[in-house]
Amino acid sequence: MRGLLGVVLALLIALGSGCRNAAPPTPAKAQRIVSLVPAVTEMLFAIGAGPQVIGVSSFDHFPPEVERLPKVGALIDPDTERILSLRPDLVVVYGSQTDTEARFKKAGIQTFNYRHDVTDAIRGTFDTITALGAATNHDAQARAVVEQMTTGLDRIRMRVAGLPRPRTMLVIGRQPGTLQGIYVAGGSGFLDEMLETAGGQNVFEDFKKEAAQPSSETLLRRAPDVLLELRSPQPAGDYPAGDLGVWNTLASIPAVRDHRVHVIVGDFVVVPGPRIAEGVEAIARTLHPDAFK
Amino acid sequence: MMAEGAAHTALHHALRGPRPIRTRLVLTVAGFGALAVATCVLAPLVGSSSINLRRALDSSIPFAANVDAQILFIARLPRVLAGALVGAALASSGVVFQALLRNPLATPFTLGVSAGASLGAMLVIILGGTIAVGPWSPVPLASLAGAGLAAAIVYALANGPRRVMSTTVLLLAGVTLNAFFSALIVFVQYLADFASVYRATRWLMGDLDVGGFAPILAALPLVAVAALIFMRLPAALNLMGVDPDSASSRGVDVVRAQRWAFFSASLATSAAVALAGPIGFIGIVVPHLVRLLVGVDHRIVLPASALFGASFLVLCDLLARTLLAPVEIPVGVVTAIIGGPFFLWLLVRDA
Repeated sequence: MRGLLGVVLALLIALGSGCRNAAPPTPAKAQRIVSLVPAVTEMLFAIGAGPQVIGVSSFDHFPPEVERLPKVGALIDPDTERILSLRPDLVVVYGSQTDTEARFKKAGIQTFNYRHDVTDAIRGTFDTITALGAATNHDAQARAVVEQMTTGLDRIRMRVAGLPRPRTMLVIGRQPGTLQGIYVAGGSGFLDEMLETAGGQNVFEDFKKEAAQPSSETLLRRAPDVLLELRSPQPAGDYPAGDLGVWNTLASIPAVRDHRVHVIVGDFVVVPGPRIAEGVEAIARTLHPDAFK
Repeated sequence: MMAEGAAHTALHHALRGPRPIRTRLVLTVAGFGALAVATCVLAPLVGSSSINLRRALDSSIPFAANVDAQILFIARLPRVLAGALVGAALASSGVVFQALLRNPLATPFTLGVSAGASLGAMLVIILGGTIAVGPWSPVPLASLAGAGLAAAIVYALANGPRRVMSTTVLLLAGVTLNAFFSALIVFVQYLADFASVYRATRWLMGDLDVGGFAPILAALPLVAVAALIFMRLPAALNLMGVDPDSASSRGVDVVRAQRWAFFSASLATSAAVALAGPIGFIGIVVPHLVRLLVGVDHRIVLPASALFGASFLVLCDLLARTLLAPVEIPVGVVTAIIGGPFFLWLLVRDA
């Protein structure tokens, strides 16, 4: 669960003033890039700028090539010295890392300020990819990636169009083996948008935050038709076998009664990067299995 | 105003007047007991949503299909009972620690028990762990182990063979242990990733939404053992609070009494923290409020604090789960917001 909720939280923390991604003025195209943002790392590799990436955050695991790259900290603990020693010409930072950004500017290194859009998250991802294309001299490939993602998303939209939209709760964090410490996707942000695109309706639609921590009373009252847990593949040992059984306590929830409690394991469901369409498809297949037969 | 004042004086007389101790004890326990029972009966009826009580109690509807019944018996009742148990345990431990340390500002957490418990919980939340023993799931179990470790260290430092425990050593060891464990907690959190840090931080704020009766039943025996020991302590606490030397001159085995007091209060605190996280200020606010009402005799203060602690925490949790619904305020934040200013007022008043 760590990586998963982690990514979401990193985004929450990184939220800036809500303004759109903006390409930095980069006269020279970046050749040595350090990315502190896993979602951006994925985008860089997707648009063919992978060979230019020379350092990544401690939480980067995708694509597999990043495992051999130096890990240089993340949101709260960027290792400035290590980053400088890699001699980058572009450092991708979170919108909230203003001090870190200032430090690199002082060292004459360009920065790419990653801001995560809450109100129109999927669009924001496209904009970031386009901006990265411009910064790394991969404009055409960036356009192709955006186009491919758009097509993928449209294909899913068409499949689920007109189908009843099950009231769904996306669980992004839970204390293993218990019903405590439950975090769910709220009514704004990219998880909510992904769910919407996949043909579901968020039971916390009215709660306009990215994440919420509801009490068990609220869970019972909201009575979702489908209960979907999103988990990271990394600490698989965290969850004892049959862990989903804890939900049986809340038997009056329709999802529990009708055996519609599911898990999707994989980073791709929660990283607002080039694999969004894969994530949306995984959710859509769970919500509407018949539409994908 | 006049009537209120008169009522207050009457209450005052009833509770601490010249009546014999037995009568006062019966009156106090009856009063605070009635309050506790009323709170525990009424609190489950209120929540972030409204339930139809008749439907909730209608046994002709299958439980699995009865949302109202599920909200009442799974979401609310366990919370209220957990609140009552934890509140009673922390408030009475507070009384015992204040007497043992002869310091009115002592709390159940002063001697590092909660910091040890927190370190244990942090390690399991962050590093993961799947050891469960009977009804104890991994996090509470680790928290209990951490609490036990902290108590053992403090005890070993302050205790010598057949001599009176040094309150100075106890206090200093406790303060040091608190700082030491807190540093380790920060270190463990720094090494961890966002999600587990977030979960760990949430645990530190305290949470009574235990999601069923099993965790409560796990903690109950420990609190019950502590309560049985508490019942034999008040006379010794009364004398200890004044001066250990005069206590021993009056035939109290001070060394024994201190050890039992330390053991029982640590046990109750550990069980409470393992169940609901370190919920602050209960152990200081409640004993002092109770003393303001009933005087300083531990024979009365101890049972009254346990009962009032139960009501107080149940009411704080009621605020926590209703004020910002559908999300909730961590209960530790509510007790701190109420308790912090009160604590400062106590400081100023005593000065």
